[in-house]
Amino acid sequence: MEQEQGSKGIFLSIDWMTILLYVILIVWGWFSVCGACYDFNNPDLFSWETNSGKQIVWAGTSFVLAAALMLIEKRIYDTTAYITYILMMLLLAVTIVIAPDTKGSHSWLPIGSSVKIQPAEFAKFSVALALGKLMDRYGYNIKNLKDIGLAVGMILLPMLLIIAQKETGSALVYFAFFLMLYREGMTGSLLFTGFACVVYFVVGMKFSDSYLAEMPISIGEFSVLLLTMIFTIGMVWVYCRNMQAVRIMAYTCMGGTALALLFSIFVIPFNVCYVMLGLCILMIGYIIGLAIYTRLIRYGLIALFAIASTSFFYLTDSLFERLDDHQRIRIEVLLGMKDDPRGAGYNVNQAKIAIGSGGLFGKGFLNGTQTKLRYVPEQHTDFIFCTVGEEEGFVGSAGVLIVYLLFIWRLIIVAERQPDTMGRVYGYSVMCIFLFHLFINVGMVLGLTPVIGIPLPFFSYGGSSLWGFTLLLFIFLRMDAERNLKRQ
Amino acid sequence: MKNHLYEYRKFVLGGIALAIVVCYIVRLAFLQLSDEEYKSRADNNAFFNNIIFPARGAIYDRNDSLLVFNQPAYDIMVIMREINHLDTLDFCNTIGITRQQFDERMALIKDRNKNPGYSTYTQQLFMPQISAQEYGIFQEKMFRFHGFYLRERTIRRYATDHCAHILGDVAEVSSAEVEKDDYYDPGDYIGKQGVERSYEPELRGVKGVEILLRDSRGRIQGHYRNGELDRKPVPGKNITLSIDAKLQALGERLMEGKMGAIVAIEPKTGEILCMVSAPSYDPHRMEGKQRGMQMMEMQRDPMKPMLNRAISGTYPPGSTFKTSQGLTFLQEGIITSSTAYPCSRGFRFGGMKVGCHGHGSPLPLIPAIATSCNGYFCWGLYHMLNNRQKYKTIQEAMTTWKDYMVSMGFGYKLGVDLPGEARGMIPNADYYDRRLGKWNALGVISIAIGQGEVTLTPLQIANLGATIANRGYYITPHIVKKIEGGELADSLLVKHKTKVDKQYYQMVAEGMRKAVLGGTCRGANNPNYAVCGKTGTAQNRGKDHSAFMGFAPMDDPKIAVAVYVENGGFGATYGVPIGALIMEQYITGELSKNSQAKAEMFRQRHIDYGTRAR
Repeated sequence: MEQEQGSKGIFLSIDWMTILLYVILIVWGWFSVCGACYDFNNPDLFSWETNSGKQIVWAGTSFVLAAALMLIEKRIYDTTAYITYILMMLLLAVTIVIAPDTKGSHSWLPIGSSVKIQPAEFAKFSVALALGKLMDRYGYNIKNLKDIGLAVGMILLPMLLIIAQKETGSALVYFAFFLMLYREGMTGSLLFTGFACVVYFVVGMKFSDSYLAEMPISIGEFSVLLLTMIFTIGMVWVYCRNMQAVRIMAYTCMGGTALALLFSIFVIPFNVCYVMLGLCILMIGYIIGLAIYTRLIRYGLIALFAIASTSFFYLTDSLFERLDDHQRIRIEVLLGMKDDPRGAGYNVNQAKIAIGSGGLFGKGFLNGTQTKLRYVPEQHTDFIFCTVGEEEGFVGSAGVLIVYLLFIWRLIIVAERQPDTMGRVYGYSVMCIFLFHLFINVGMVLGLTPVIGIPLPFFSYGGSSLWGFTLLLFIFLRMDAERNLKRQ
Repeated sequence: MKNHLYEYRKFVLGGIALAIVVCYIVRLAFLQLSDEEYKSRADNNAFFNNIIFPARGAIYDRNDSLLVFNQPAYDIMVIMREINHLDTLDFCNTIGITRQQFDERMALIKDRNKNPGYSTYTQQLFMPQISAQEYGIFQEKMFRFHGFYLRERTIRRYATDHCAHILGDVAEVSSAEVEKDDYYDPGDYIGKQGVERSYEPELRGVKGVEILLRDSRGRIQGHYRNGELDRKPVPGKNITLSIDAKLQALGERLMEGKMGAIVAIEPKTGEILCMVSAPSYDPHRMEGKQRGMQMMEMQRDPMKPMLNRAISGTYPPGSTFKTSQGLTFLQEGIITSSTAYPCSRGFRFGGMKVGCHGHGSPLPLIPAIATSCNGYFCWGLYHMLNNRQKYKTIQEAMTTWKDYMVSMGFGYKLGVDLPGEARGMIPNADYYDRRLGKWNALGVISIAIGQGEVTLTPLQIANLGATIANRGYYITPHIVKKIEGGELADSLLVKHKTKVDKQYYQMVAEGMRKAVLGGTCRGANNPNYAVCGKTGTAQNRGKDHSAFMGFAPMDDPKIAVAVYVENGGFGATYGVPIGALIMEQYITGELSKNSQAKAEMFRQRHIDYGTRAR
């Protein structure tokens, strides 16, 4: 009797909104795979011979998997979380050894003759579960160095194993968990420093060769120095609340930069960055002075941040320039940036052409020429968003992004309503993983983030990734469905 | 357990997601909405426009003998991916290149900077325009050279050794021409000079195109939309010139070793029968691969063989111009047929002296033309410019005079259908006001005898002959008689009437007849038909230029001709005999024995121009 009521209650508590968005994304994804995999010799979209036909099978089995997952109670995850984690780590370790070489990576396990699975795609849920279990423990305090160290270790272990499989792209996804840790109380300055590093690196690299308004000023250098000033002053504001210091620094830095820029524009063009560098050094000296005067360690840390920021750009820049070509490529591969068989930026360039040619409404279903004629590499997997851009235009691709935003927004709401830490931690892990995939995948197609080979969830062709994401999502939806049940 | 302390951070995370999506949508808007470039680059990627070149129209002379035609040439193409077990030595020997050249060529094809369209899957140009002989040998052995193909292309060939200036030539378009006209793509051919250029749209036809879909490896995947957007090429139109090839050949022979021009016009139609510019060159030099080198060589030649002097050279017309003066004075009533002016070995007045040769004095218009009296026409112009009853000022008189000249086709381009026509020079009152300040008739009197500021092109001189032959009008001289399946431009068929009445033209024609019968042009006389002629001896810095203008027969003119030989001396020395031969050839269809000998003699009589550059 009680059991029956329980399952009825669970059925009613299922978050149908998330499921609806999930189905929309999968169906939309299937149409994109059709466009990307269209074969001139075999135009039957439903044939098992084509990727579009296979994708139907993957989607169908995913729905079965989803239904099955809804039957597994949360307490089972609760009790098996660590064991699952350990087994998964073992599987990842074993995969390194036994997996055959597939395009240089050792991450695919063959099951039978035609099906291969990628354990890295499935390991995420076990990490999320184990983290949830860990952080749900009584007395767990994220501010405690040992406790946070444990969580970070749990995240780094699978990363190292996956890097050892030479699947750096998939390993980078685990950085998403840090976003979850932030929600759980990890200090924001860590996240901010990481964010600042990425911004400096991307901005500095991308624009180091372009120049500001025909003056001898590198846009990359200029923006990094400007950002350093803004970030540092911002940190003094947020963490030290010393409004007088903020005012002094803001007026000096911004005023000095503006004056130098005006002089460069109207009188003699010169490299304003020298002035900005001087202002940065002045600013750092001032903060160090404050640190000594007030005896507050914060000022010291902020000064350290400013010094690191300033030197970061010059260090990476000069280091990168000093490297030989093959060393540089090795670093790029290590960073997960894919190698480029046809010269500088071929992949991204073709992706931009495909998307740019879509216009407002696109060329129509199966009418894309760039994707159909295989101009975009990996177009049915990592570069699937090109097909959306080309065939469905701005309306379609912006639509996909908006549906994703709704999906993520829904996951935040669902995660926040979890009654316990485990559910919330798991929910945020799921949401952060999807967000990270969206950020990197769409960003690389649009030429904004480095080319890292990770799929766009529900869109990219492939059974492993579709099942992996379904697994990740529906464990969470089942947990959520139990939110109204009293804990036994 | 709820963690309320950090719940605000859900907004931070949500904000990050929102910021990412907003950034990406803005980026999408930039890529897809603001920049058309990606669209055209996508089309360049995917669409392979297989251009089908139409055959260029052939060119014939007025008697339908072929002058210019197309000949197939073959390019050797290579698909890198298909090369296997190539016997490089055998291959090189077959097409006559060295191993080193082979390696260089291959390296060039593979260099993406120099060959941006490189793909190992598609045909790349290995060697352009191999000769027919090489083609034969290569084709026999081709089965052994996997990956090599032959592509047919046509090159322009000439069936004549003459007419180089008229026919012009064809070569690859320049980047400026590609920019100016959307029709052309780099590598296309375009008419560069002569008729090839002025009738380019008719001769070239319209390119056809097959729109094919090409994949990322350059392989063709089929027709776009099943070929519904494909276009068939429209072949170029054949063109018949008004040139008589035999007459042209004679003219070019006669002008060997001289500089100058011959132009002959059929007065009734304005059709140009021959247009010789000397020195000339063999049009075969412009065929195929060697064109660039040949062009450079000729451009460096101080004799400027590339210049079409018949339309681009401007010369003082000398005494041939006197006919136009007589006509103007008659029409303006300055003189009548019986007005006689004195000539005491020239025009002497107020310190001004224009020399003349010995003849009776005073004399009226007709004998004045026949003897080419300088004094007569100087007096005529003097009386016209100083006639204050008729014209209030000398400026008004000058303007009237200028209007007569312009109505006869001087001072402006006649509008011939060839590129590069010059307009010559007819001074007007304004010009003298600016140049001389205060001026009078005596200061400008030499224009009456075709000297001073006046210059004409040989075409304009011939056209003056045609106008007198027609007794008062001319049709725009043109070089194309017929366009197959097309029509000549209206501007080429317009009848231009001058400001002088027919009766006065008759008087001038009689004067020119007298010149042939007993004046300066006796050398042009022919017992079989009535020739009218006028010599010209134009003073210049060097030796005088020898000129002749005439037409025949007098009462049913079939041909008007102008001959201009630079530094040839008296008009009668070169101009008259050459003009006579041209008229004889055209009217009787051949030269008499006597004339043949004369033609041979003139052919061998060369003028020494030294190293003077002109």
